[in-house]
Amino acid sequence: MLNPELKLNKKLFDKDVEQIPIRKGFGEGLLAAAEANPQVVGLCADLMESTQMHLFREKFPNRFIELGVSEQNLASVGSGLAAMGKIPFISSYAVFSPGRNWEQIRTTICYNNQPVKIAGSHAGVSVGPDGGSHQALEDIALARVLPRMVVISPCDAIEARKATLASVDTKTPVYIRLAREKTPVMTTKETPFEIGKAKIFWESEKPQVGIIATGALLHRALMAAKKLEKETEVEVMNLSTIKPLDKKAIIALAKKAGRIVTVEEHQIAGGMGSAVAECLVANYPVPMEFVGVRDEFGQSGTPEELISHYGIDTSDIINAVRKIIKE
Amino acid sequence: MSTLTEEKRIELEKQANQIRISLIDSLLEAGSGHTAGPLDMADILTVLFFHTLRHNPKKPNWPERDRFVLSNGHTCPVLYAVMAHAGYFPVEELKTLRKFHSRLQGHPHRDFLPFLETSSGPLGSGLSQAVGMALADAIDVGTKSQRRIYCMLSDGELECGQTWEAAMLAGKNNLSNLTAIIDRNNIQIDGYTENVMPLEPLSDKWRAWNWHVIEIDGHNLEDIANAFDEAKAILENPTVIIAHTIAGKGVKEFERDYRWHGKPPNREEGEMAIKELRTLGGKIKSEY
Repeated sequence: MLNPELKLNKKLFDKDVEQIPIRKGFGEGLLAAAEANPQVVGLCADLMESTQMHLFREKFPNRFIELGVSEQNLASVGSGLAAMGKIPFISSYAVFSPGRNWEQIRTTICYNNQPVKIAGSHAGVSVGPDGGSHQALEDIALARVLPRMVVISPCDAIEARKATLASVDTKTPVYIRLAREKTPVMTTKETPFEIGKAKIFWESEKPQVGIIATGALLHRALMAAKKLEKETEVEVMNLSTIKPLDKKAIIALAKKAGRIVTVEEHQIAGGMGSAVAECLVANYPVPMEFVGVRDEFGQSGTPEELISHYGIDTSDIINAVRKIIKE
Repeated sequence: MSTLTEEKRIELEKQANQIRISLIDSLLEAGSGHTAGPLDMADILTVLFFHTLRHNPKKPNWPERDRFVLSNGHTCPVLYAVMAHAGYFPVEELKTLRKFHSRLQGHPHRDFLPFLETSSGPLGSGLSQAVGMALADAIDVGTKSQRRIYCMLSDGELECGQTWEAAMLAGKNNLSNLTAIIDRNNIQIDGYTENVMPLEPLSDKWRAWNWHVIEIDGHNLEDIANAFDEAKAILENPTVIIAHTIAGKGVKEFERDYRWHGKPPNREEGEMAIKELRTLGGKIKSEY
């Protein structure tokens, strides 16, 4: 059952569950952060509305910097602003930032130890019709391999708002992964959020499998748990902070359930599941299944078509649970 | 009119010479590193750190200090030597260049030497960081401080597209608190810049992005000081100083030869270089 302590959206499983793009939560969070802290500045590379930064610009035009299509510059200008005490949020599509500008993020932000906040929108195949060139499936790997980088992949718009606000107070670089399309709202304003803390969204007494999900696919993991209710007990964890990893919570889940299935809209190689595996292999090895993209690029289609095609849908999560129990 | 008195000019000339000696010393100890660029940048950085820059080595975190960004991080032996002689750390420490646990990393790293404004090495990103610093002060209109941002670039790194992304942004925002200096020594690892990838007409390129351009002899201390002053007086644009330098300046055997870009002198070459430097190329009797 849904964890009552987390005060999750009661309509979470309803067909008419409210749907909001995760990136909208970033836009609102940035505005709130800027209202609270005069040092917050926003940098954008010709994608103001796509990354929802226009909300910030309307209110704080003097603290908004439009760089045009120059993502390498975006990262390093952000570093320079941080060096002078500003708290820069840089936004683009995840394919370009941290994709195109990865070395600039490595050297001028992380190596330089400047607390720039990087918002990468349009992550995952659910970007849809734009096609594979614009669907970032490698960004978690690119971000989490960098020393000092905090990596957050919020599950919905409300959590994205909280993550954006929380990132202001970290003294480190932060990567926040955002999605384009409307996705179900699972949390509420009252749901607790803390960087680095994983939460069990779906509880059970004697789970046979622990499902760990990140991003919007968490909703499908919860749907899978509900559909499996009469067949298999599972627990579902929302792992929104991928780095620093909540090792304690992951190991506890592995001990309780004995099997782990990870779910992410990202390449299996190097992603959230890999981070979980690195933790468990060293601390408490259990059988694992990875639901994610299997070493291929995306393509055009509707988000539903693509999520189904790339094997990261509710049915794929259910199949992974059944498979790992049989083994 | 120059702000540099004849007395000060002579003092700076000696200082620059001493810095060249120190950097050759440190390269000899290190056994690896870059020689030509550091030698030819010694005059520019001497004028900057001993005349133009508002800084206080005893209070390195003074918030109102001017900022100096070394974009071409591989030339750090000259920056380290200048900083040591300016009083940031003991000159003796220059002998630890590139050694394990040294504060003087092979390419500058703020984790090790916190007086540096940026860590650098990978080319092409320093101007962007300097633009970010200049923008930070431009955003705080009204409380705008006196501080200026200086960024040293190599000519070779102008081949990086990111440099031009930064140039466009600085021109768009009329960042008059920003001064870029290009070490136009015409060499890079693979050869002469105009053979590897032609940069000319260089000054036209910067003008096209709305920069104020000053071309100087990068070894004429008065020219260098005047250019920095001129940049302060330009209130509409960022300024770029194209400093024409002789690669390896100060040691005849190293001058104008691109092969000295990325290697240190061996013991024999180093001792010859120091001997030459001590007499200012035979102009004076050795003072040592």
